[in-house]
Amino acid sequence: MSVIITKNIYKTYPGVVPVHAVNGVSIDITEGEFTAIVGPSGSGKTTLLNIIGGLDKPTSGEVIVNNQDISQLSNNELIDFRLHNIGFVFQAYNLIPVLTAKENVEFVMLLQKRAKEERDNRVAELLDAVGLGDRMNNRPSQMSGGQQQRVAVARALAPKPKFVLADEPTANLDSTSTSNLLDIMAELNRKENITFVFSTHDQRVIDRARRVITLEDGKIVSDVTRE
Amino acid sequence: MLTQVAWRNVWRSKVRSLVVITAISLGLIAGIFLMSFSWGMNTQRTRDIIETRTSHIQIHQKHYKDDRKMSLFIPQGMKLLDEVKTEPEVKAATARILANGMISNARGGFGVQINGIIPEEEAKVTKLDTRVVAGEYFEGLKTNPILIGDKLAEKMGWKEIPEPGVKNEDGSPAQPTYQIRKKVVLAFQAPGGKTKYGSFKVVGVYKSINSKFDESNVFVQFEDLNRLTGTENQAHEIAIMLNDQNMAEDSTFLASLAAGNPQLLVENWKDISPDLKLIDETFAITVYIFMGIILLALLFGIVNTMLMAVMERTKELGMLMAIGMNKDKIFSMIMLETIFLSTIGGPIGLLLGYGLVRLFGNIGIDLSSMAEAGAQMGIGTMVYTDLETHYYFQIALMVVVTALIAAIYPAYKALQLKPVEAIRSI
Repeated sequence: MSVIITKNIYKTYPGVVPVHAVNGVSIDITEGEFTAIVGPSGSGKTTLLNIIGGLDKPTSGEVIVNNQDISQLSNNELIDFRLHNIGFVFQAYNLIPVLTAKENVEFVMLLQKRAKEERDNRVAELLDAVGLGDRMNNRPSQMSGGQQQRVAVARALAPKPKFVLADEPTANLDSTSTSNLLDIMAELNRKENITFVFSTHDQRVIDRARRVITLEDGKIVSDVTRE
Repeated sequence: MLTQVAWRNVWRSKVRSLVVITAISLGLIAGIFLMSFSWGMNTQRTRDIIETRTSHIQIHQKHYKDDRKMSLFIPQGMKLLDEVKTEPEVKAATARILANGMISNARGGFGVQINGIIPEEEAKVTKLDTRVVAGEYFEGLKTNPILIGDKLAEKMGWKEIPEPGVKNEDGSPAQPTYQIRKKVVLAFQAPGGKTKYGSFKVVGVYKSINSKFDESNVFVQFEDLNRLTGTENQAHEIAIMLNDQNMAEDSTFLASLAAGNPQLLVENWKDISPDLKLIDETFAITVYIFMGIILLALLFGIVNTMLMAVMERTKELGMLMAIGMNKDKIFSMIMLETIFLSTIGGPIGLLLGYGLVRLFGNIGIDLSSMAEAGAQMGIGTMVYTDLETHYYFQIALMVVVTALIAAIYPAYKALQLKPVEAIRSI
């Protein structure tokens, strides 16, 4: 079943010379995929990810997520849509520095007004899954980059989103942390059937992806699915 | 959770938050202290004028104040005085016969108001006896004693001021000395236009906090001035002190004192001294202007700090919007942070300000170095800070309102952020 469909989307930044960051991209991502969108810097992969995630709007074209055309939603509707459907993992971890690991993971569930018991169980389960069960009460400043990014993954997964968008999640991590993180995400993808879409140019991520979509100058130049 | 995040965010930059909190506290302390100083000074001045000049209520013949003719006595004044004294609200009352005239000695003549008073009753109303700095309060002389003011004694050459630095044997600063039992001549125009002269002997010198009053008011005995005028038991003025000052503004009570006599004019201290009324009424406005200026300055400080906090956290706010925190919650969070920041300093400032007011309300602030200027304005050498309780509540309310106003702009700026651009920012 398709969870993300883009139909001929364009994103053009006006200027003396207009820049086509995304140039007629059509993709179809089905449930449970572990997909990497790759390409050199400036190829439009982050812009495409932002459009899929409802953080940015295409200049033209349709973005259908969970059978809903999100390009037609207002900004407030988009925020609500993101809250209930998408998990985000950012390059620079972007945890809330004043909250502990547990509170960071719990935060989105609180926004969703989930019950305390459900929150506690899910947070414990996820922090155990990412190997940070013993660091629940640590704040981001008390954790390494790799640990912070694992908390970010747990946070993205906490509300059981339809899919997780990860923008260069390993860019600031060393090899061991990257490997650990990818193991965790692959495991969660397999166990919970959560769709992962990465934008990356990290070969370690590309090697683990089952589908690799390559962009150049905003256009798809290859779309390879591996068995 | 929002409250928790907002509270913790306040303490992300401890030094910056503490600077703002300290600024708010100090601003409030300074504001409260200034207000209490002015309030204390004003209260003292008002109290002193009521006690020495106006009393709470005065009764005159209806037209007396228009031209101050000596013939305009209160009809059956002494009977009215006796009636007034029976009112339960009345603490003390006295009658006076008044004349504008001249007091003369070898030095020259000086224009004064001659107050013919009943000494024991006057003491209850104006505490004049407590202001005697030399001689006696109408004691030791049966006929024609006169009490003159400190300033007038100086002008008449009967006050000797010691050289600066001269001390008594016990080391205390030497005080002025006065010559008493000196003869003066009073002259005034009696009813009918005839000028009357009387020889009086200075029995004492009084000193109030208002040197102008001391210079222009002398006190003689009621019966002495009546006798000199050629009248008996006639009064121009009945001065009344009440148990409760607020009763002076009760128009029904005032009317009851006139006992339905249309020939009488009953006025409270605000009517008698419109300048006092003006000061009293404008003081409230001045108090709010004081506080308003301080809070306005603080408002800009708070806005600046919160704008810095918002700008520094652009990326984080973008992330929060990205993961699904809606704009209402973002707005509320920034509002809460600003309110926390502003209101932490509020109670601290209010409490310390209150403590300071209580402290200087007890020990007073010594203004003796400015005694001369103060006396000209009717201000004593000691000012006791004071501020009515309701002002503290109003200041607290003003702090909250300031916090809310200060919160709006930074919160609005946070809402202007676009998640995709905010996340991209460094």
